[in-house]
Amino acid sequence: MTLANPSDFNGSLQPQGWLRYFSFSLDHKVIGLQYLVCGFLFYLVGGALAGAIRTELVTPLSDFMPRDTYNEVLTLHGTVMIFLWIVPVVNGAFGNYLIPFYVGARDMAFPRLNAVAFWLIPPAGILLISSYFIAGAAAQSGWTAYPPLSLTTPAAGQVVWILSVLLLGGSSIFGGINFIATVLKLRRPGLKLMQLPMYCWAMLGTSILVVLSTPVLAGTLILLSFDIIAHTGFFNPALGGNVVVYQHLFWFYSHPAVYIMVLPAFGLVSEILPVHARKPLFGYTTMVYSIMAIVFLGLIVWAHHMFTSGTPPWMRLFFTIATSFIAVPTGIKFFNWLATLWGGKIALNSAMLFSCAFIVNFVFGGITGVALAQVPFDIHVHDTYFVVGHFHYIVYGGTVFVIFGSLYHWYPKFTGRLLNEDLGRLHFLLTFIGFNLCFAPQHWLGLNGMPRRVAEYDPTFTTLNQVSSVGALLMAISTIPLLINVVVTAINGKPAGDNPWNALTPEWLTSSPPPVENWIGEAPLVTEPYGYGQHQDQPQEVKA
Amino acid sequence: MGNPAHLKAETSTRKRSAGDVDLPTKTTFDTHRSAAPHRLSKRATCTVPIRTALAVLAATTALVLTGLWVGNNVNMLPLDASSNAPTYDALFKVLFSIGTMLFLGIVILLVYSMFRFRRRAGDFSDGLAIEGNLPLEIVWTAIPAIVVLFVGIYSYDIYERMGGMVALNDHSAMDHMAMDHSVQQAQAPGRVWGGIGAAGMDAAPGGPVLPVEVTAMQFAFIFHYPDAQITSGELHVPTGQPVELHMEARDVIHAFWVPQFRLKQDVIPGQPTVLSFTATKAGTYPIVCAELCGPYHGGMRSNVVVHEPEAYDAWLQQNSPNRTTT
Repeated sequence: MTLANPSDFNGSLQPQGWLRYFSFSLDHKVIGLQYLVCGFLFYLVGGALAGAIRTELVTPLSDFMPRDTYNEVLTLHGTVMIFLWIVPVVNGAFGNYLIPFYVGARDMAFPRLNAVAFWLIPPAGILLISSYFIAGAAAQSGWTAYPPLSLTTPAAGQVVWILSVLLLGGSSIFGGINFIATVLKLRRPGLKLMQLPMYCWAMLGTSILVVLSTPVLAGTLILLSFDIIAHTGFFNPALGGNVVVYQHLFWFYSHPAVYIMVLPAFGLVSEILPVHARKPLFGYTTMVYSIMAIVFLGLIVWAHHMFTSGTPPWMRLFFTIATSFIAVPTGIKFFNWLATLWGGKIALNSAMLFSCAFIVNFVFGGITGVALAQVPFDIHVHDTYFVVGHFHYIVYGGTVFVIFGSLYHWYPKFTGRLLNEDLGRLHFLLTFIGFNLCFAPQHWLGLNGMPRRVAEYDPTFTTLNQVSSVGALLMAISTIPLLINVVVTAINGKPAGDNPWNALTPEWLTSSPPPVENWIGEAPLVTEPYGYGQHQDQPQEVKA
Repeated sequence: MGNPAHLKAETSTRKRSAGDVDLPTKTTFDTHRSAAPHRLSKRATCTVPIRTALAVLAATTALVLTGLWVGNNVNMLPLDASSNAPTYDALFKVLFSIGTMLFLGIVILLVYSMFRFRRRAGDFSDGLAIEGNLPLEIVWTAIPAIVVLFVGIYSYDIYERMGGMVALNDHSAMDHMAMDHSVQQAQAPGRVWGGIGAAGMDAAPGGPVLPVEVTAMQFAFIFHYPDAQITSGELHVPTGQPVELHMEARDVIHAFWVPQFRLKQDVIPGQPTVLSFTATKAGTYPIVCAELCGPYHGGMRSNVVVHEPEAYDAWLQQNSPNRTTT
């Protein structure tokens, strides 16, 4: 369509076969899978770090690793999981793979920018992790890097941390621009915005947040690096700097970052549920408006992370109200998903189990989130294990569950083979039980006096910490059936056919795996991606 | 079920679920068939059978009662030892009750749907082609909006009762900020950056406010009593008397948290903060640093010892440097 040089795709410039996954490929499907596999490898790294944290917390004493190593581990765990696993996979992997299909294009709007965006990630990730070995010490001030702590901990590690987060932020911005351009400008002629699958809307909203807020984080971190390297005083109180200003700037990005991690998951679930429930997505229009409402509200709630930071009363009040109201558009989405399931013909396969568990987990995290938005409630539990429990219910119970569900749903599209359902259900069961065992007790710990980011704690909290660590162990074990499943079925899995789920969204209307440039001939015009249950008796001709 | 060849894109034609027609269907395929997408008409929503309506009503009532019971009977909080802790606990009960109702309601609906509407073996037909229902969508926009509005107003009320909306004027700060920090002198004198104001300080029954200066550093809190000229590593306060902590950090950000008081305030270098409370129950409670402040963050703990007023006076006498002169 609008690609400059189609021969880039079919011609000799692009490597073929397995080698293309290690190349500077311009094919959005290859880039999507590069994001997915790269992200999953970093998930294993982040998971190992989480395992180290939970091992330290089995006993109330700091006895498993040195105290500053513990702070390095928790900093790397947060940074790796957010910037190298969740954001790249839920945006980059599924976004790149699916969005061109959904808008009826042959690739993303800017294929080269797309490849650059991906290839920033591996070096940034390796840089970040190697700071532990090369720079002498990795960053130790948490993924929030609050000054003055980040100014006083070993400088080399902190600077490397800033550098790699800047690279990853740049990658994220490139991706965001690409998604906005693709959704708005590369739509197949005749396809209207309000006919797009919901994931397009989710990615449009997410990308708006990425483009608006990530540059603020970049600017903030550059100022922070000046403070560290050039001894300027932007955030250094000894030089007249203001530490709370850093928190405002940081959270101006990092609260929207929550929606950058969660909105695409909402989109993916909206694709999975109708297919396996054999019903149209309920309330399409309200779903679109609620995504945009979340985008708008998500930009004006950042200071709820700072209720104890010496913010004035009026500010606390404003951010309480704004934050609470995010529950309204979010609630609409959950009721719509329930209504989508109601009266369906639900196939309880692995994709669906993970998606339904996402609803359970996210509703729990959403309810504790509304509670946390209330200033008086937050003042007690801020910076405690209650908050740790809450945000893991959002990003793990929410987004990571959706990533796994999506993997079972789209794996046949990626490979032409189905993942094994028995191993899938085992993976689901272990993940669901382990996750809840790990994070549910943390709410009680926080309410009763255990702060977050500690290597040692009051001995009265020992039992529940051990329960939590057992849950973490189960979560670690749960990756084994997943890995076996992916490897074994890639070699001799059950052939899936082109459309094993009889789905109506456009990515299934081509072969599995799809050809380069997605369609032989012109892309089909899909105006009703959720038209289940209609026209069952009379196959309807659709204009090409 | 295989993929019908004609779904392939070469034909540029899309035949929705055409393959389904050939496959055996055993349930209510015909009744679910509809020629066009329809939003449930108003009439359709009004003809809910009485029995269903009653069942929904009964289920909702059971849910509300369960939520209220759980919120009021499941205790998740430590001892309440300050005057605003019971206020906090009341808010917690309300949030816990509402949260339980919403969570259980949604999970029960979800699990019920998963079993009731699961696909039977051999059934490859689609579900009902319902794309929306405006009255229903308005209802479930209104429910969270009302809940959130109620919670917001209620928590504002709680916040005000805790003294959060009391303006932290420069006057109260100027009297007691005596810490000689070069940093602080660079600031406008006595500028206070926030905190929790004193609850009903003007009409405080416990007598005058007890000011304490708190300095936080890696990895300890130091408490200085300007009136009695006592410096201590533990905070000692009497029951019933309002205490006002004037806090500043020496190095990095720390946070002063007493779980039994339900209060927390960051202690920030260069920006003094205030925290007020009235202890109600004698005992020893932990003071916990709640902001990552370095390697020994987890070990940065102290105690607040709440005395009965007489015992507190005795402690003052014992530790006062002026003791011998009186």
